[in-house]
Amino acid sequence: MSTASFSTYLNSYSKAAPLAVFRVFFGVLMLISIVRFALNGWIQKLYIEPDFFFSYYGFEWVQPPGEWTYLVFAVCGLSAIFISLGFKYRLAIITFFLSFTFIELMDKTTYLNHYYFISILSFLMIFLPANTYFSVDATRNPKLKAEFIPVWTIDVIKLLLCIVYFYAGLAKLNSDWLFQAMPLKIWLPAKYSIPLLGDLLQQSWIHFAFAWGGALYDLSIPFLLLIKRTRTFAFVLVVIFHILTRILFPIGMFPYIMIISALVFFDSGLHTRILDRISTLFKIDLNAFNNSERYSFENSITKKFSLSIVGAFFIFQLAFPFRNLLYPGELFWTEEGYRFSWRVMLIEKAGYANFKVVDPETQKRFYVDNTKFLTRFQEKQMSTQPDFILEYAHHLEQHYQNEGIENPEIYVESFVALNGRRSSPYVDPEVDLTTVKRNLKPKKWILPFNDEIKGL
Amino acid sequence: MKRYLLLFLSVSLLILSCTETNPSGPNPDDFDRKAILENWADNIIIPALTDFAEKTESLKTAGNNFAEDPNQQALETLRDEWKAGYLALQHVSMFETPKTMEVRFRNNLNIYPVDTTEVKENIEQGDYNLNLPSKIDQQGFPALDYLLYGLADNDAEILSFYNSAENSSDYRNYVLDLVTRIDSLTDIVLNTWNSGYRDDFVTNSGNGANSSIDMMVNDFIFYYEKNLRAGKIGIPAGVFSGTPLPQNVEGVYSSEFSKELFLESLTATQNFFKGKHFNSETTGLSLSDYLDFLNTIKNGTDLTQLINQQFEESRSKAQNLNSSLTDQVETDNSLMLQTYDELQKNVILLKVDMLQALNINVDYVDADGD
Repeated sequence: MSTASFSTYLNSYSKAAPLAVFRVFFGVLMLISIVRFALNGWIQKLYIEPDFFFSYYGFEWVQPPGEWTYLVFAVCGLSAIFISLGFKYRLAIITFFLSFTFIELMDKTTYLNHYYFISILSFLMIFLPANTYFSVDATRNPKLKAEFIPVWTIDVIKLLLCIVYFYAGLAKLNSDWLFQAMPLKIWLPAKYSIPLLGDLLQQSWIHFAFAWGGALYDLSIPFLLLIKRTRTFAFVLVVIFHILTRILFPIGMFPYIMIISALVFFDSGLHTRILDRISTLFKIDLNAFNNSERYSFENSITKKFSLSIVGAFFIFQLAFPFRNLLYPGELFWTEEGYRFSWRVMLIEKAGYANFKVVDPETQKRFYVDNTKFLTRFQEKQMSTQPDFILEYAHHLEQHYQNEGIENPEIYVESFVALNGRRSSPYVDPEVDLTTVKRNLKPKKWILPFNDEIKGL
Repeated sequence: MKRYLLLFLSVSLLILSCTETNPSGPNPDDFDRKAILENWADNIIIPALTDFAEKTESLKTAGNNFAEDPNQQALETLRDEWKAGYLALQHVSMFETPKTMEVRFRNNLNIYPVDTTEVKENIEQGDYNLNLPSKIDQQGFPALDYLLYGLADNDAEILSFYNSAENSSDYRNYVLDLVTRIDSLTDIVLNTWNSGYRDDFVTNSGNGANSSIDMMVNDFIFYYEKNLRAGKIGIPAGVFSGTPLPQNVEGVYSSEFSKELFLESLTATQNFFKGKHFNSETTGLSLSDYLDFLNTIKNGTDLTQLINQQFEESRSKAQNLNSSLTDQVETDNSLMLQTYDELQKNVILLKVDMLQALNINVDYVDADGD
């Protein structure tokens, strides 16, 4: 695309309805997610009960604020309502992004790709004019009201969705997934009691069909959604695929979020009809928003600023998932560069980490009971991920220093089983983890993976 | 739309035909998981509990007789019943149900070391409530161990606590309370199995964190790791404290039965894994068969064999232990540590390899995945 046609693109407009619909549904789904999280008792269980929390590198300062954590969730839920209404939208979406991301940063034990997706999506939405149409803001401020918005402000959401799907598809192009149907071969037979499907899920060919079908789906769905002729068919696939994953796996709200998000690919006609329905239901005058105005950024600086942030955001999104190439060793084994890169459902890991504390002065040595420090969930996550193991070892060091061992040495005897392989030693048991610094460099103290997984 | 349907069908057919030629092909036989639960309930758990309930009944009778007339003969009978009950307990201790959790069955029957100071205080003050959670280390088999073996160095002196001491009736009453409580708790647990829970257990044959298999496997591994590996061997050997704790041996006052109790527990856990019927040479369906079935799907390592082998390794290492583990810790703790190491290897096989194969999560982690 030439510079001229690119700038023409940046100055082309489309109906604001798709982004308005996206905003409304996004807010509602986020509110449901937050309420569901609270009703499940997870705030208490995941952020208040544990004594120790695992931090992302560089974000050690983000810790759950005790009982105030409820307030953070309340703020997050409240901002979701505001987003949905389009009321004080900019403030609301910034608040949502900050509070949601804060929640995610409190403990990386709960990391999920779809939480990361929500975080970056809400970040992106800060820079989009999602409140010019069908919003309280537009009703109160006629200057803001605009029936048309720049095409790119809708396309960026599509682009983000395409990246998520396509990268998830690329990640499935590995020998475990394609030729062993792993880890589906472990997961699916365990779903024996699902009506109708249960018996089928025991069959090897089903595992392979799911594996290949899943990869094909992820890789092709962006294009099928983008091309007008295949769009309806693609949407049917989206619904089937996500409902199926909802039945088979405990993935919470994510399937619904993806299904609703996929609506953004449709033409504004559909969105206008949706808004019509909502308007009738809530007695809103939709026509009041059809003012034929085009949205313009407050001034050229805000426009340039928004565009460059969004541009930088996408360069980052395209490159960051490939950072695993900077690390030697098998990605699925070391998990260096595994997170934040749309590697979904690729590995089934089970682990066991037994920590040994040695007092070099007295030569006294003993093993740690992990349940004294970690919840079961934390222990499970810790035992298969090296950055967790190291952080926990440092926590133990501090604990035993406080207990009076001046210079404790901490070793770990750990075993990990990956995708149905037999468990094998994971971390070098001879390395005193108190001498290892936390950083992003390759972790040489992880023992090599004695098999090969080919692929991306 | 029709074209896509055609495309979809042909792709699925293609995949189908590819896998059909695969020699390791699909296993057409679905595994009957419900049959595992039936075997566990009908041939292992309920028979073992019934046996244990008979033993606690005899223990109660012996306790009654002893309390009526605390002589040497009555003491010896009571000790025998205590030992028989303690051994039988090893076969039921690992099986949790909502009821056992509610009445804290395992903790009320077998938390050790017993708090002897509190036991004496209870006896002297008389107004104790054994139902309180704070009293778990003042009752059950460990408290009887202390009262029947540990009050003094010889039997005559021990008997004097029940005969001639000024509060001897309080001592007799305490023994009576302990045996009565052991028996009534056991009856409660057995009754729930016999009055409906068995069917609930067997019909809950689905998958997921709250299914019978998932919960039982988690309880089984928890028992193996905490009560067997750590409780009976690791903690006394000082694995978690750095210094050996010979006083923390199970049955420390009678002392000479501690190895036997451990071996009984080891056998019980392996029998459960193999599906071996209680008190019989017959084996039925259990985790070992389930693992074998899943292995036909993925052609992995023969986990069943590895796990059974490791049970045998642990047992053969433990054969060399002194019958009193307290003596063993005090004389040559390294043998305790070696036994621990063998037990530990099976924690990895059970908790990592087996759980992965069965796709059961370590305990109920109630959160979303992606």
